[in-house]
Amino acid sequence: MVRSGASGIKGRLTDGFLPGGLFLWLAGGCGAILLCFILLPLYEMVTAPELGSLVESIRDPEVLSSIWLSLYASGAAALIAFVFGTPLAYVLARVDFFGKKFVESVIDLPIMIPHPVVGIAILSLAGRDHWLGSIFTDLGIRVMGSVTGIIAVLTFVGLPFYVNTVKAGFEGVPARLENVSRSLGSGRAATFFRITAPLAWRHMLAGMIMCCARAVSEFGAVIIVAYHPMIAPVLMYERFTAYGLKYSQPVAVWLIMVCLTLFLLLRIVSLPKRRIQ
Amino acid sequence: MIEIKDLNIEVPGFAVRDVNLDIGQGEFFCLLGPTGSGKTLILESIAGLVRATKGRIRAAGRDITRMPPERRGIGIVYQDNSLFPHMTVMENIRYGLKSRRLPLAETDALVDRLVQTLDLAHVVNRGTSHLSGGEKQRVSLARALAVRPSVLLLDEPMAALDPNFHEEVQRLLKRLQSELGATFLMVTHDFAEVMFLADRVAVIRDGRIEQAGNTAEVFQKPATIFTAGFVGMKNIFPARFSGGRAEFMDLSFPLSRPAGEGDGHVALRPEDVFLRSQNNFPPHFAAYPGKMFGIVSLGFHFEARVQCGRACFKIYLDKKTLFEAGVHENKEVFVGFDPADAHTL
Repeated sequence: MVRSGASGIKGRLTDGFLPGGLFLWLAGGCGAILLCFILLPLYEMVTAPELGSLVESIRDPEVLSSIWLSLYASGAAALIAFVFGTPLAYVLARVDFFGKKFVESVIDLPIMIPHPVVGIAILSLAGRDHWLGSIFTDLGIRVMGSVTGIIAVLTFVGLPFYVNTVKAGFEGVPARLENVSRSLGSGRAATFFRITAPLAWRHMLAGMIMCCARAVSEFGAVIIVAYHPMIAPVLMYERFTAYGLKYSQPVAVWLIMVCLTLFLLLRIVSLPKRRIQ
Repeated sequence: MIEIKDLNIEVPGFAVRDVNLDIGQGEFFCLLGPTGSGKTLILESIAGLVRATKGRIRAAGRDITRMPPERRGIGIVYQDNSLFPHMTVMENIRYGLKSRRLPLAETDALVDRLVQTLDLAHVVNRGTSHLSGGEKQRVSLARALAVRPSVLLLDEPMAALDPNFHEEVQRLLKRLQSELGATFLMVTHDFAEVMFLADRVAVIRDGRIEQAGNTAEVFQKPATIFTAGFVGMKNIFPARFSGGRAEFMDLSFPLSRPAGEGDGHVALRPEDVFLRSQNNFPPHFAAYPGKMFGIVSLGFHFEARVQCGRACFKIYLDKKTLFEAGVHENKEVFVGFDPADAHTL
């Protein structure tokens, strides 16, 4: 039989032109290129500073406090995402309502908006000219140049990662389990705490780690809302502009270590998945 | 026990219309229908998991139409058993007791009884993933019965089981229902299950009840062509009734019961149509010559078709008839049936 056109080419590719073994080698090759693309600059960055400067840098109180602030503010952002994002993720996973797609798009917005724009938007809301800003001022809450401002920004950028991860987790819990629980006498809230949450806790933890990791890496929005107190990426930027690459690299190395630890944690937590019937 | 009046349920792309049912205390009632006919929707509406758009549902004398599921006292068992995977078997069984706040001594006795009755003593401390299909369904039943529901709803509880467990659970349901005197409402698409278990049955199609009544009555006297087909009458022919005779597809036979005059249908079960090499049927039988074709094995027996003029009869044959009578494809044969077995619609 004579094959022609697209189906013929497809046929040649699948029938012998690209044998299974070669296909796997090609796929592996593409993956290796990508891995190099990620690892080479990082490797260069990590190996560039001498051990002495690394040790010196971690003994520097300014470096330590900036890394601690990065972790503290990111952790706080993840905690806020957990408290407020969990109910939202549950509603999005379980309830169909008018405008649901719109709400989902709004949740994804922080991923798409350029980071400085996030900073400017939060700053404009928290300024004295805005009614919300004036309420904050009256309550003694300072956003600009404060840890509060940093946490607000980090929550803003990290929230989509938490909500989307946990929503997927809730969707993975069969609604029938909740139905059975309710038929056995548990109300909606009791069912959530006894069935849904225990079955989705891995996703909640993974969501918090994702949110935290995203927050640790934030720079563009933070620098607009709060240059001081300095989080690690801002300190790194300042040392780079003031003293050059040599002085910013050790801070960067320590930050990479922190991010790497967080993502390793994420992988470990999400590995042993319990099979849900 | 359960009284459903003019129940209407609307979900995107489907609607259940004007369902009326009356299920008595201690009755085993079945909702029978094909996939997508709305059986589960009715069940979930009774359980309070799907909102009824119109109509009333009463259970144990209370109007439960707008009541949340947790206050209805109605249990539900799904075909996939829906066991809580993060709990042991015993934790699953005791799950509902926490919410019901029943006296501890009473609940312990009930749980012990259920564990014994359902033969679960050897698995109570196990996780649910280590159970067989039949064990899972027994745990699911124990969990639902532990809270002493006024009605137990069963959503195709045997559909996902392999044949061994299917029979085991079927016998268990029959025994449980008679021992506990509980009211069971089961949905299924399998009429054999209905015949084995149900006191009464309602046949449902496209969200409407086609026929409801005593199981034997629905089996013997289906009211519509759909019901006739669903309860196993595979030979359904358009017919004209006149002068005590039925004429169908250029064939005719004398009616054993009056069927009125005019157009209708004749329905016959394959097991009521017999096959012979010669026309040596009893004199009162209706018999026609025909040609055999389409013999297929159904495991323990065979299904075949016999073309008699324009009418094509589906018949069941056992191995003995097939081989000893030398029946084969394209053989000229005779089919016959007792007119008393012919159902008129």
